[in-house]
Amino acid sequence: MTALSESGLILPRYRRDPEGTHPPLDSPGYKSTGLRHPKQPLVLLPHKLTEITGPLLGPGRLGELDNDLTKQHPEEPQGQRIIVHGRLLDGDGRPVPNSLVEIWQANAGGRYKHVWDNWPCPVDPHFDGVGRTITDNEGRYEFTTIKPGAYPWKNHDNAWRPAHIHFSVFGTAFTQRLVTQMYFPDDPLFSQDPIFNSVPDEKARNRMISRFDLSRTVPEWALAFEFDIVLRGREASVFENEEDE
Amino acid sequence: MSTPSQTVGPYLALGLPWADGPTVVEEGTPGAVWIRGVVYDGAGTPVPDGLIETWQADAHGRFDHPDDPRGAQPGFRGFGRCPTTDDGEYGILTVVPGALPGEAPHINVSVFARGLLHRVVTRIYFPENTAANAADPVLAAVPAERRDTLVARKSEDGYTFDVRLQGEGETVFFDV
Ligand SMILES: [Fe+2]
Repeated sequence: MTALSESGLILPRYRRDPEGTHPPLDSPGYKSTGLRHPKQPLVLLPHKLTEITGPLLGPGRLGELDNDLTKQHPEEPQGQRIIVHGRLLDGDGRPVPNSLVEIWQANAGGRYKHVWDNWPCPVDPHFDGVGRTITDNEGRYEFTTIKPGAYPWKNHDNAWRPAHIHFSVFGTAFTQRLVTQMYFPDDPLFSQDPIFNSVPDEKARNRMISRFDLSRTVPEWALAFEFDIVLRGREASVFENEEDE
Repeated sequence: MSTPSQTVGPYLALGLPWADGPTVVEEGTPGAVWIRGVVYDGAGTPVPDGLIETWQADAHGRFDHPDDPRGAQPGFRGFGRCPTTDDGEYGILTVVPGALPGEAPHINVSVFARGLLHRVVTRIYFPENTAANAADPVLAAVPAERRDTLVARKSEDGYTFDVRLQGEGETVFFDV
């Protein structure tokens, strides 16, 4: 669980994720990676004080309606109302409590409220597509929003992004910082999406797909999807000869 | 098993920036410096849809965090966040961190952007700390000819630290 560093401090260390968990930075199917991926090899960073600590961003970051994206304007947005909920966990299944979760998404037609997004789909004046919340003591979070639409993006001929919600989470350490995308079950657009498919390992890829959750639907009101986010866990044990350089 | 990383995409500016994100410390704080720079792609073009995040110790080398075995030192946010402008520029107002046990003063940096399927991580070191930098184990693990990509330059109101994602003068990035 911990390691004695050269400085004599007892520090936890975080497990490195198995090969194939995360997309390679050089993923030619996603054209924008071409000029933006580093070509030099990454240098291994030992886990010391700056890596095992991280920003602990609490309730001060939240406005009252930040977790209900359908109530941020006087009128409700168009689209299928959904509840998106789940848990923020570390790699050992432990909940990460009191931790900031940020999301952003397109509207029901697949358009973002952003000046650069101008494909021919109407903006919804009643939808900003931005949410924030804090996990509770069991690491749970919940948003009310509308199901985002798919959108075209010109990466390849007739390219469409599967419907998704962008998620940003911190965990408790710099090593755990994660930005990902949540997808919806059985999306027929998965097969042609190089961003979804950039994750080499199929099981890892499928961890980005939310689960339809009948038990959390609200009768006469909203459908529900469950999406757990798992961050890196700590080393189970450390041997003398594995000490930091 | 960890959830995979995905790109922030081009519309990160909707969800991630905060009004007070760039100010790790308030304007007027004694010792406050601006760390400014430009994020470039492999063609030398500024990246207008990126985000810089910083994480660092306070001026005494302490963190407000329970996992610091020296104890948490409350009150210092330590975290900065700034989206890049149309010209690829970012700026973070902060104080220079103190040294850490066995390490020269440094700031950890995460770079997010469209086209980055996973954040890339680098470190800012400070040019005045010649001796401490020479003894720093992380800098020592970096090929000597690339170390200067991790050392900020002095500027009028603080420091300049550019990020080159690819190619000539490519910034050193770390496997965290
Ligand atoms: Fe998106």
